[in-house]
Amino acid sequence: MKTYTAHVTVTLRRSILDVQGKTVEHALHSLHMPSLTNVRIGKHIEVDVMAPDSETAQQLIDDACQKLLTNPVMEDYSISITESSTGVTA
Amino acid sequence: MNVGVVTFPGSNCDADARWAAGLDGSTVHKLWHKDTSLPTGLDLVILPGGFSYGDYLRTGAIARFSPIMNEVISFANRGGLVMGICNGFQILCEAGLLPGALIRNSDLSFICKDVYLRVENDSTPFTISTGSSSQQPTVLRIPIAHGEGRYTTSDADLRRLEDTGRVVFRYCDPDGTVSETSNPNGSMKNIAGIVNDSGNVLGMMPHPERAANDLIGSADGLTIFRSLAAFVERTTAATV
Repeated sequence: MKTYTAHVTVTLRRSILDVQGKTVEHALHSLHMPSLTNVRIGKHIEVDVMAPDSETAQQLIDDACQKLLTNPVMEDYSISITESSTGVTA
Repeated sequence: MNVGVVTFPGSNCDADARWAAGLDGSTVHKLWHKDTSLPTGLDLVILPGGFSYGDYLRTGAIARFSPIMNEVISFANRGGLVMGICNGFQILCEAGLLPGALIRNSDLSFICKDVYLRVENDSTPFTISTGSSSQQPTVLRIPIAHGEGRYTTSDADLRRLEDTGRVVFRYCDPDGTVSETSNPNGSMKNIAGIVNDSGNVLGMMPHPERAANDLIGSADGLTIFRSLAAFVERTTAATV
């Protein structure tokens, strides 16, 4: 078994107006940064997972995303998995 | 009528809901989120407002997995009446008993004020005593208090809700006109409350339990509790 760290990024679905992102975008423009556009604000979730390989780790996290971590009605997510620096556990 | 009101960690409208539901002499049971059974003979379960589990992750996302929710879901699937108010509505959506989700208000602020609601469907157990009709819809004045009440759903679900008359309450002007300015939170189609396919599960963002006495501003919320009592009486009489 290895320990992996999953980084899950959760954002509102593209079809849903991200009012928080829009508000921050307006604030950036009022700070004279007009070249910054399409601000989107979401959540970052970090979670360690023990699995024999990274594919299994990915599947476990994907399952967690679908059951609890995200709501498919309003959110999209992406997962990035890295092998944890704490190394191999028994 | 036999009513159960669930208290989750972070519920803060449970006492008000118990009080309002008991005003007509109904028996009211206090239910705990860790309960694994419901009292026998229950007619209605209320999921009250509040901030269950601190709204962590998403509103209602963790409460939805409380032990009592298995019972509430099977009670609803057996045709039992379930009403989710505010956070209760959010929990019902997360639990999949109602379609859609409630997301951050369009102006990003917590809104606490009286709003007007047009009763769009008077044939549900929650509205049969409202006296609403398509010619002369009833308008209720009931407060909202939420930061995440913007109802959103897929286009297909929205069409289904509209086509089957499952939008029960819509934010409106005092005269009943549904307009953009009367929409406090940016909800799709001014939706304030919906029922499920079989009509026995209602979710609504406004708080009828906070509008149950003229002394505190409005008693319009009572019409919902009266409707439920009348519906239960009618169905009980029909089955005896």
